[in-house]
Amino acid sequence: MAELNKNIPQIPAEKFSFIHEGERISDKKFDDKPIGYFKDAWIRFRKNRASVVATVIILCIFLYAFIAPLLITNHDSRFMDDTYARKPSRIAWLRDNLGIMDGGVSREFSEKNLIYALGLGVAAEDWEGKGNLKLDSAMDSPYQPVLEIGDPETFIDGTRQEQTVWPGRIDSYLEVGFVYKDIEQHQLQDILAWQEATGKQLLYPLIADNEWCVDVNNANYWYKTNARLYPVTVNEWGEATRLKYKENMVLEDNYLRDADGNPVYYKYWGGGSVETAQYRIRVLYYNWFQYVNDGALPDYLMGTDSVGYDLALRIAGGIKLSLLVAVSVSLINFVIGALYGAVEGYYGGTLDLILERISDILNGVPFIIVATLFQIHLAKKLGPVPCLLFAYVVTGWIGTAYRVRTQFYRFKNQEYVMAARTLGASDSRIIWKHIFPNTLGTLITSSALVIPGTIMSESMLSFLGIVKLGTADATSLGTLLSDAKGIYVNAPHLMLYPALVISLLMICFNLFGNGLRDAFNPALRGVED
Amino acid sequence: MKMTKYVIKRILLMIFVLFVITTICFMLIRALPREMPQKESEKQAILERWEALGYNEPLLKQYGIYLKNVFTEGDFGTSWAIQFRVDALEVLTSRLAPTVLINVYSLLFSIPIGILLGIYAAIRKNRWQDTLISTSVMIFVSVPSYVYAFLVQYFLYFKLGWLPMDVSSLADAGGSWFSWKMFHSMIAPVLALSFGSIAGLTRFTRAELTETLTSDYMLLARTKGLTHAQATARHALKNAMVPILPTIISSFVGILGGSFIIEQIFNVPGVGKLYMQSINLFDYDVFMVDCIFYTGIGLLANILVDLSYGFIDPRIRMGEK
Repeated sequence: MAELNKNIPQIPAEKFSFIHEGERISDKKFDDKPIGYFKDAWIRFRKNRASVVATVIILCIFLYAFIAPLLITNHDSRFMDDTYARKPSRIAWLRDNLGIMDGGVSREFSEKNLIYALGLGVAAEDWEGKGNLKLDSAMDSPYQPVLEIGDPETFIDGTRQEQTVWPGRIDSYLEVGFVYKDIEQHQLQDILAWQEATGKQLLYPLIADNEWCVDVNNANYWYKTNARLYPVTVNEWGEATRLKYKENMVLEDNYLRDADGNPVYYKYWGGGSVETAQYRIRVLYYNWFQYVNDGALPDYLMGTDSVGYDLALRIAGGIKLSLLVAVSVSLINFVIGALYGAVEGYYGGTLDLILERISDILNGVPFIIVATLFQIHLAKKLGPVPCLLFAYVVTGWIGTAYRVRTQFYRFKNQEYVMAARTLGASDSRIIWKHIFPNTLGTLITSSALVIPGTIMSESMLSFLGIVKLGTADATSLGTLLSDAKGIYVNAPHLMLYPALVISLLMICFNLFGNGLRDAFNPALRGVED
Repeated sequence: MKMTKYVIKRILLMIFVLFVITTICFMLIRALPREMPQKESEKQAILERWEALGYNEPLLKQYGIYLKNVFTEGDFGTSWAIQFRVDALEVLTSRLAPTVLINVYSLLFSIPIGILLGIYAAIRKNRWQDTLISTSVMIFVSVPSYVYAFLVQYFLYFKLGWLPMDVSSLADAGGSWFSWKMFHSMIAPVLALSFGSIAGLTRFTRAELTETLTSDYMLLARTKGLTHAQATARHALKNAMVPILPTIISSFVGILGGSFIIEQIFNVPGVGKLYMQSINLFDYDVFMVDCIFYTGIGLLANILVDLSYGFIDPRIRMGEK
């Protein structure tokens, strides 16, 4: 070692040179951008695949809420048709071309019901009133309600009678069939002109009011029936024989005919003068719908709700309302919670004690009672939605304030705060500039988690009927589900779609919230999932 | 000694909070317009009773009369619409049984399943069993309880016909809350309630147990020569139970509150349904008792959780500084 040090080769002076000669050796600027707190959080959030997918789904649901009214153009969200209430989804174009969304429901037809249903299609083709029609003559008609008939099944019922049923499917829109309408004379002209212009038939022969017409108010019994509504054939002596179902059976028509034997399409139905005279007509409701709605077909993406609104638009409205309530609640709670918690935490002492007791008291009131009292007292004056917001604001911020307070206690005695104070910074500057940014991560996470909680409790309140949101303008997913309560067995879509949307929203928001929490507080990662 | 002092302090505070909330509720409820009785025959009796309750006095005096009645006679007012001229408190207590029963059944069903699933997921952490359980827990925790109620009703009643649609009334079930018919009719609401609580409990147990499983004393236990199973059962589980047990205790108190939604869907003649009835029929005295009841239950549950921590784990003694 010692030897080595001694034998340093002599390097000539000219071989040395200054490395930095003529160069500036100040610090270089970083090429890449600095990663701040939020960027860091964003990078962590991006890595959590479940949260990202959840966020995308949430965005899609909200996008749906806003663009659905734009895409569904043949009626708006206030449009209601109570004849087509509780019907499943049906889109005419898809029905005819792809065979999906055909408005069909499964049904087990008894003999009587099968003839009735097939008869609707036959009668819809016979607007000329030729009468005495074969039952299988209109199987391909666009107005044929029966979509499928399976093989008949025979069984012995409770009264030891042999019963036959045909499993099948029926288009529940065409199943409505014919209805009676009372109109004035000028409307009749209008109808005739519309028929001419579109080539679609509205007016059908009226039904004779005789002993073979038993159910007078039902415009669908165009054939002769006996008292139990089975089709009959009547011989020249007026004796009726019940007809048994055969595929090519002939139904005997019961049209109202004039003296020459021509079918009658309208008749006088009361009213005094010529202008106010009422006429009764018999129309095919499927076409009547188009006549009333300027040619729009009854296309419903998700079917209709329990009253007759378009369920797809009702759901969009419900999501929008939930979003409005949840985001406003989240923002208001953010502000109140931050202010309250900051004051509590920063000043401490007696003030903290008093404020804590106040929030203790508020925290003790069950939310459902607050919401109920607000609704009872103010709903008539202010409307249900503002009352709901008030109820949330009364108690919602307590958790946020508590978290902010804890953070303030943690940071307010740290050296940098003391340094700022020594330099003469005011209280508000220390609170907002120096301590508050430290609480942002927790604040954002808790505010994001307020949203699913609010959506959940809002739908529960409207489900229970404490918040009444069933108007044409505003509805809630909870109200839709509550309306479905008694009737969803026959119309499962009433329950299915709203329940699916709200479940999806809740799952995605919880995943999103977890992602946010992990991103902002990596120390808590995986504690609770 | 400090513990006793703390407990007394907490209870006094709770009574104070309850008093303030009751006062506010009373003022708000009494300020509502009252409907005059319709039937001529009942009018006299009702008006007399209202006079005795001080309905025509100023609000503060009304409250004085109310408090006096409550403390001297235990009289919380009278129900007019739900059960005509029955004591409001009696109306409430007569609805307690079905609510408590359904919720006790649901707890008895969900606590063992929830804890076992949680333990299993924690032991198999990061394997497919854990992923499966955690994912389904995430879904089950998020989905609202009425969706389960609908699904249970749809499949088990309408499609399969195994269970009745509504909970039987007391008379239908042979006059006993514990008859087989009553139990059978309660299965559906119990199931609907349980999905959520099983999932919640599983998540909680898993989180706690994974934390204790990775702690140092587990390593020590293994070095002492305990098998993995022994160490888990004797050390990790015991410690994980510290936060789990208080939650269970609080849910035992919370069952008195019941579930509004489930009672509504399955037509349970319980406290939650009574609350809805009292609003819809404007039966204000019953509504007032209901408010006091729910507030009291909530406060009691809070205190019990805080205190039970101290009782279960001597290391955590609240109030000792």
